[in-house]
Amino acid sequence: MSTTTDRVMRTADGLPLKLSLQKALARSRLRAALLVLPLLGFLVVAFLLPIGDMLFRSVDNRIVGSILPRTALAIQGWDADGTELPGEAVFEALVRDMQAAAKERTLGRAARRLNYEKPGMSSLFRKSGRRAKRITGPSWRDRLIGIDKRWADINVWRLIHRESGALTGSYFLSAVDLSLNDRAELVRQPEPRRIYLTLFGRTVWMSGLITVLCLLLAYPVAYLLATQPLRVSNLLMILVLLPFWTSLLVRTTSWIALLQTEGVLNDLLVFAGLISEDGRLQMIHNKFGTFVAMVHILLPFMILPLYSVMKTIPPSLMRAARSLGATPFTAFVRVYMPNTVSGVGAGCIMVFILSIGYYITPALVGGRTGTFISNFIAIHVSETLNWGLAAALGVLLLGLVLALYLLYDRIVGIDNMKLG
Amino acid sequence: MPPPPYASPTEKTWHYAYRVICAAIFVFLIGPIFVIVPLSFNELPYFTFTPEMLSLDPAGYSTKWYREFFTEDSWQQAVQNSLVIAVFATLISTFLGTLAALGLSRSEMPFKTGIMALLISPMIVPLIISATGMYFFYSRIGISSTHLGVIVAHAALGTPFVLITVTATLVGFDRSLTRAAASLGASPVQTFFRVTMPLILPGVVSGALFAFITSFDEVVVVLFVGSVEQRTIPWKMFSGIREEIRPTILAVATLLVGVSILLLTTLELLRRRGERLRGIAPR
Repeated sequence: MSTTTDRVMRTADGLPLKLSLQKALARSRLRAALLVLPLLGFLVVAFLLPIGDMLFRSVDNRIVGSILPRTALAIQGWDADGTELPGEAVFEALVRDMQAAAKERTLGRAARRLNYEKPGMSSLFRKSGRRAKRITGPSWRDRLIGIDKRWADINVWRLIHRESGALTGSYFLSAVDLSLNDRAELVRQPEPRRIYLTLFGRTVWMSGLITVLCLLLAYPVAYLLATQPLRVSNLLMILVLLPFWTSLLVRTTSWIALLQTEGVLNDLLVFAGLISEDGRLQMIHNKFGTFVAMVHILLPFMILPLYSVMKTIPPSLMRAARSLGATPFTAFVRVYMPNTVSGVGAGCIMVFILSIGYYITPALVGGRTGTFISNFIAIHVSETLNWGLAAALGVLLLGLVLALYLLYDRIVGIDNMKLG
Repeated sequence: MPPPPYASPTEKTWHYAYRVICAAIFVFLIGPIFVIVPLSFNELPYFTFTPEMLSLDPAGYSTKWYREFFTEDSWQQAVQNSLVIAVFATLISTFLGTLAALGLSRSEMPFKTGIMALLISPMIVPLIISATGMYFFYSRIGISSTHLGVIVAHAALGTPFVLITVTATLVGFDRSLTRAAASLGASPVQTFFRVTMPLILPGVVSGALFAFITSFDEVVVVLFVGSVEQRTIPWKMFSGIREEIRPTILAVATLLVGVSILLLTTLELLRRRGERLRGIAPR
């Protein structure tokens, strides 16, 4: 044994101290990780995989390929940029696919998928699917075109060629009101179908305004709570926490009772003679209803972080400013407000994040003009069944939310998140 | 609190104006919640005050909407479903969330911030995205339209709250207490139940209450993952508001306000107890 190793400090059982410490550290690391692991595993299965599954649907394009497998294979060899219709083999493959799919009753799904890209495809497929049973060779092309002249349109084939791959970007294009035309060029959707950018815009500006309104209402209240003696502020705090703990649906129901045309507020205004019986105000099922109800619901999320920051600001700061000659207004704006910036940031990001993803309240009180992007995701999932488009809209919304979440982490730190 | 005697007239005016503004905001916050209480005793199926109610005529009031709530099977089924789902979801999220918080509060924990951000994400991701994702994935693994599916989904949504509240309690936790227990011969399990648990209990319970209310109040996920068999109180209220709006909903809402007052009181008592306990804990 060399002399250098003999100088190494050793623990009682003869191991070098450094090694022993490393081992102990690794053990305690493992122990900490083992405590976190069950939750992590649970969330992966119960939450993260479902989200991933949903997000993948935005590019998943296996519908056409799996329902029309022979066509998808045969059409690969065809030059889609040329001017020739595909060969006899492709027509034969399509007829055989349609015969099989009609038997399995899956043709409608493929037709609906292609119809998202080009209106009229659904009827073309349904008509041809019914009659394709009787087609036999050898002249497949002429027989199929005999059923419907649209099969002679090269753009129909270009579309099938484009959408028979495993992945697609077309849902994302639809989600931002774009589409590919027959020559695979990017074009804007026709005017009546151009709704999603407007909807995203509306979701963002309405959430922004809701955030600002929350800030305007929360700031004075939080200041009052922070400056009153503890006994008073604890009592007033209950007035903030009770709405926070009250069911979302209860609060939305209250606003319906208050705001509807036959509701409490309109009755009050009629009674006071401010409006006539016929002039009852429409305050719900429009933007106004969404604003009022959402500001009410999200207000505590702004008051609480503001309050927790304001509570730490020593009152002597304001007194010092006053004694140095500042007017109350100047002292407040120049000394007090800069100290509350972190609370303002935390509250605003939180309210904005919660607001842009809201579903329930806009669905119940938003009517047609006060709905958010979430409501359209729900419609595409449960009514139109255009899951790819729902997923693409979801990806865009989630991207926005995660960007804000990162910002929140930068500014506030996730560790500092507080509740109630 | 009156304004100080040296305040100028403008300051005095502002002082009272400020109070009026704050009072108005408090009315905005709390008023809508209490408006529904008298409305729920309406004799007629309207969502507004009838002339009889305003003249305090007893004939204008009735408890029939409460009777309807307590006798109708679909509402009673909803109450039962809500409670079963919320209780089991709370148990799962409290257990997993507390364990994870204990792990995350150790300084040796690797990738702490990243994991924390991941574990909090169910609170941040818009509910509609979580709900539709769960709708697709849970039907693939065969637990959609079952109580289990809704419980698992709600447990996932509730864990961030437990994690946050328990982590907050552990920030002020004195680690030398557990070392002292260990040096006096307690096993890690004994240390946890006899030393750690009593100290973090307020955090655990308030986290559990948050998880409970998250599940009890949740409707988007139930709408997507559940079916008629899993309809909960919020589910009934949501479809009630959309389809045929009856004052029964107001009666339920009033009862729910009572529940939230109860929860809030519990939480407040816990917070005071926690502060007292921490006050005597050595620093």
